[in-house]
Amino acid sequence: MSHADTMPKPRRNVELLLLVLALSVSIGANALTSIDEQTSLDTDFWFQSSLLAVASLVFHVVLRLRAKYADPVILPLVVALNGLGLAMIHRLDAPGDDTGNNQLRWTVIAMAVAIAVIWFLKDHRVLRRFTYISLAVSALLLILPLVPGISAGEILGARVWIRLGPMTFQPGEVAKITLAIFFAGYLSSNRDLIMLAGRKIGPMQFPRFKDMGPMITAWLVSIGVLIFQRDLGSSVLFFGLFIVMIYVATSRISWVVIGLTLILGGGFVASKVFSHVALRVDSWLNAFTEEVFGRSPGGSGQIVEGLFGMASGGLVGTGLGQGRPNLVPFANSDMIIASFGEELGLIGLFAIVMMYLLLFTRGFRAALGTRDAFGKLLACGLSFAVALQCFVVIGGVTRLIPLTGLTTPFLAAGGSSLLANWIIVGLLLMISHTARGPVDTSPMQPGRTPEAQKPAAPAGGRQDRNATQTLPDAPTEAVKHL
Amino acid sequence: MSELTITALRFGFLLLLWVLIFSIVSAMRRDLMIGRKAATGAPTARQVRKNPELAEPAPAPAKQQARQLVVTEGPLKGRTVPLAASPILLGRAQEATLVLEDDYASGRHARLFPQGSRWFIEDLGSTNGTYLADQQLTRALPVDLGVPVRIGKTVIELRP
Repeated sequence: MSHADTMPKPRRNVELLLLVLALSVSIGANALTSIDEQTSLDTDFWFQSSLLAVASLVFHVVLRLRAKYADPVILPLVVALNGLGLAMIHRLDAPGDDTGNNQLRWTVIAMAVAIAVIWFLKDHRVLRRFTYISLAVSALLLILPLVPGISAGEILGARVWIRLGPMTFQPGEVAKITLAIFFAGYLSSNRDLIMLAGRKIGPMQFPRFKDMGPMITAWLVSIGVLIFQRDLGSSVLFFGLFIVMIYVATSRISWVVIGLTLILGGGFVASKVFSHVALRVDSWLNAFTEEVFGRSPGGSGQIVEGLFGMASGGLVGTGLGQGRPNLVPFANSDMIIASFGEELGLIGLFAIVMMYLLLFTRGFRAALGTRDAFGKLLACGLSFAVALQCFVVIGGVTRLIPLTGLTTPFLAAGGSSLLANWIIVGLLLMISHTARGPVDTSPMQPGRTPEAQKPAAPAGGRQDRNATQTLPDAPTEAVKHL
Repeated sequence: MSELTITALRFGFLLLLWVLIFSIVSAMRRDLMIGRKAATGAPTARQVRKNPELAEPAPAPAKQQARQLVVTEGPLKGRTVPLAASPILLGRAQEATLVLEDDYASGRHARLFPQGSRWFIEDLGSTNGTYLADQQLTRALPVDLGVPVRIGKTVIELRP
């Protein structure tokens, strides 16, 4: 086996070095916005910078203590993205606005939660025991915004927020994690059944209904609730997650074909039935016609102004703090990519897209490296969720696809999204820790998942039987290789 | 602050962004190299360039791949099943890929699955066990061409 030949290296010093570079990007961005606005670096600036630096370094130390072999580039990438977002939100704050500081508070909370995940979870395989619980939790989270009393009502045409004391929270963001856990747990146990059993119709093989039941239910719940909440973006996100995880688990291209057909068909039906979807599609196709531009609600003004902003940025941008991105509505949340396009130009925007791409590849690297099917599926699902979110947002802002209300991970203003994405980072770091770390060959201890102790796939007969003993909900016949 | 400094800072920041990205990529590149060396044990292209004697001789002719599964003994004697890339379930249950009409086989008896270029057999907790070349399986083992696998009264073999 490959991992036996070389000693795995923790590479935490590389991470520290890259983290310092990432922090200099974040703090540099914040400083530039202040300099360009002709204000001196005030105590506010120093407070924000030191808070971000301290939080990231604490995260780094926790990784040294708890997940020594975690991937060294994930944390710097995320800190750089989050820092850029903070600087831009702070820069877009009109006098008296508090969005920047609010975002900083949420960053610290989110990092603390991610640290707690790494500190207390220790091993991602524990999550597999919560397969069906996480399905129930996802359903609950998705239904919460519709419950009167907790619901924050309809904000900007979507009912996706709940009220928690003085704050609002978007439970759908957390639901994408719990859904990914459910899909990973369910598919890693029932993969073979779905692949082997079932009838063949033409070139495609369809699984038996009883094997697919829970998956279809999960999908219907997420889609159904989202139709009632009128949140197109999350609906696309959950559906994409569903298709990709089942494709990764079974490697059947027929799933992708079925999925794309359903998306296109569903999108066509939705654009005929739901007025808000029809408006979105219309303002995407006919963005530059006068009546669509000025229409309210559902006009294309936001997209077109964002495009004008990016055009005025050109190749190298106007410089941080020197453009006028605040002319675009929601410049600090939905349209933050357009704000970056204007002030950092194509070169800067590509740097940001590149960071997302690198983050995504690291997630998949963790999935390739880890030795259990559940971890593989979970890492694939989570990193794909982040990537799909980027595609939907950046594609929408650049008018490649209709604009939908998803948040740009780590950049956009919004606490729930930040929290959910930092939890995803925590989980990816845990998975990469087991993927890159040395194989634990010590004797099994009671109470721990036996899969954790044993190396790789082919030598798997025994460990599978052990796994079934500790996991009562896993079917006995299931074989859990990927 | 002068116009010149601001312009310099502006371009400096873009440069810094890409410096970050290139340092991350170079850190990753080293990481991937370690993985590749560990995975294949083969010298990297750069090492070969520096020391030509490291270059491997022409690769040995590829090993023959198993293309079909043949039942050599038992009620289904003579039956062949073509092997694709998907695992094969052996047993008496109707959902099995090869349904064994054998009283000594369990419903879901064993599973034959490809991993890399080889096929592995794994017992699925059957009552009478699975034997690979007269040895009872306790874990998944690779099946070579022509090695008999006994399930109840049925014996199967992999053929090219």
